[in-house]
Amino acid sequence: MTPFSATASENGEQNKVHSADFHFDMPYALDAGIGLNRDTVEYISTVKDEDPWLRAFRLRALETFLAIPMPEVLKPHGIDDLNFDKIRYYLANNTGSQRSWDDVSPEVKTTFDRLGIPEREQKFLAGIEAQFDSEAAYNRIQDTLTKEGVIFVDSAVGLKKYPEIFRKYFTSVVPIGDNKFSALNSAVFSGGSFIFVPKGVKVKQPLQAYFRINAQNFGQFERTLIVVDEEAEVTYMEGCTAPRFETTTLHSAVVELIALKNSKIQYITVQNWSNNVYNLVTKRSIAHENAEIRWIDCNIGSKLTVKYPAILLAGKKSRGEVLSIALAADQQIQDTGARMIHLANGTTSNIISKSISKGNGLASYKGVVHVNENLEGCKNNTQCDALLIDSCSQSDTYPKITVHGNKNNIQHEASVSKIDEERLYYLQQRGISKGQATSLCVNGFVNELIQEFPLEYSVELKHLIDSVLNPQSNA
Amino acid sequence: MEMSALEVRNLTLSIDGKLILNDFSLTIPTGEIHVLMGKNGMGKSSLAKTIAGHPDYAISQGKIIFHGEDITQFSPEERAQRGIFLAFQHPVEIPGVSTANFIRSAMNAQNKKMETVAFYKLLHENMDRLELSRNFSARPLNVGFSGGEKKRCEVLQMLMLQPSFVILDEIDSGLDIDALKLVAKNINSLRSGTFSGLIITHYQRLLDHIIPDQVHILEDGKIIHYGKPEIVRELEEKGYALLDQEEAL
Repeated sequence: MTPFSATASENGEQNKVHSADFHFDMPYALDAGIGLNRDTVEYISTVKDEDPWLRAFRLRALETFLAIPMPEVLKPHGIDDLNFDKIRYYLANNTGSQRSWDDVSPEVKTTFDRLGIPEREQKFLAGIEAQFDSEAAYNRIQDTLTKEGVIFVDSAVGLKKYPEIFRKYFTSVVPIGDNKFSALNSAVFSGGSFIFVPKGVKVKQPLQAYFRINAQNFGQFERTLIVVDEEAEVTYMEGCTAPRFETTTLHSAVVELIALKNSKIQYITVQNWSNNVYNLVTKRSIAHENAEIRWIDCNIGSKLTVKYPAILLAGKKSRGEVLSIALAADQQIQDTGARMIHLANGTTSNIISKSISKGNGLASYKGVVHVNENLEGCKNNTQCDALLIDSCSQSDTYPKITVHGNKNNIQHEASVSKIDEERLYYLQQRGISKGQATSLCVNGFVNELIQEFPLEYSVELKHLIDSVLNPQSNA
Repeated sequence: MEMSALEVRNLTLSIDGKLILNDFSLTIPTGEIHVLMGKNGMGKSSLAKTIAGHPDYAISQGKIIFHGEDITQFSPEERAQRGIFLAFQHPVEIPGVSTANFIRSAMNAQNKKMETVAFYKLLHENMDRLELSRNFSARPLNVGFSGGEKKRCEVLQMLMLQPSFVILDEIDSGLDIDALKLVAKNINSLRSGTFSGLIITHYQRLLDHIIPDQVHILEDGKIIHYGKPEIVRELEEKGYALLDQEEAL
């Protein structure tokens, strides 16, 4: 079962094809219309029945969004067809999120069934949220976790039911004006997860959110906030798919993670957007004393992904890690990286980035490692490996390292390799087709990193990479 | 007439515009093992790669017939699936892909799929035969292997895939005498009335352990001598000049 697969599941006998490429033409009870202005924002705030402070916050964010020019970093990527006046910013049915799949509307339920989500839930998840366009359609967490005080709801419910925690941390790591797209998200956000794990609670199985875009010309702007109290632990996983439309779709999320003293957060993304999606996401986190944050970021699909998960290592001896895999197939751009900001003594960070470029795909790594003045005992290790599949594939690495003082240890290694004909010939000489040989080399390239992932995801990711590189052989 | 295993007919071959073989022909009857010898740079390895379908070699003329089928235009994997196995002189490294996983992928691709347990049982038996330790199959293919390990890994693949035709391209290079005997013994275990092969070597010592049926001597892109294996010992003593003299006579 591979819910992120663009083609088919591995187990052919089951004959269950989890194709992401389908959609339903359906009416939406709530529609903010096309284009973005004050009325759009007011509409969203009204239908969500929000407090005045939040409405004011959204309108302030809209002003900020309009005031910030398009980021320079996007310009070379040719984003001419990203027209904010042609996007629909809010589409939902006024049903709320259900606790039983039986209560979810047929189109939505069929969608998630086809993507294998309910099966996954039964198999190994502690909780799940399924978002369809703008709002969550399904949300459930194991009762035992609820009894322990773990909160896992969509952001709207989080705002209404747990305002004292939500407001305390909301925008604490991603302020409105961080960048143009964080401002846009702040103005029109809807959906996303709110998670709170109380002191000392270790959530053993992952919590998963699944984001599905069904509508054309649509923008999905979920907002996720995860707060993990002292000594607590959680793993959160998000998966994303959309059908292939001729028109442009925008996904622009904001994710904030707060890891309090001695806590651990692992955040896993498997992004397999179709190649009409602009995926412009702001992900930030803060690690307090001796806390550990790990982003595992797998970017397979989309037209353009721009995303640099950041960790502010604010408490002494806090640890941060970004493990990322990007696959830039034909016509795709994966502009990803990591930011490690060392703000306290004895903080350590590790970045491993593996990118694969195929056809005229472009994968670029943009990293920032910053160590504040007067710190000591900080360590960073950065390793960026790029694999080029064809002679026209491209990969760039832009590390930016600023270290003050000399009591810290920073290492950076980068490599670029090519799948050469001799390697393919060797594998082909043993009867393996050229496509499979390429997949095998690519899987070998990412293998060491994938072994760091939870097993369920590593298997899935390998199949997903296979299905992109070798669509025919998905038997 | 009994069909030949391999027939190279009037092959003219070049790489990057440079002529390697000119109107070259070679026939290996089914069940026989032949040796191809000749000085360095005579095109022996090029011939091996071309028989196995390497894309860099341009065939401007001639045909390669395998068990009666014209495979001249076939892809490397199509040839492999028909039973042609090339033991490489310099096997390439494939980082991150375990030797076991690679061999399994190859077997699956050749419709020789086995259940996991049966596969590992057979793999371990064959590794024992080649005196390879158990952790060998978990190592990434050829990465950091010694010269001898690389050659034994080629033979391991051969034992697993059970090809009907092998090309051994300097399988003896980099092997000490014990390893050479071990490799030869295992290759000999494959020999039968339906198993054929082409050995490329410079040295008599391999031929002491794998006794060939015929020897071909290659020079300037052509076979200049064809005969029984005894010639090899003479060649080693007197050098290729021996053949020049014969021609002169």
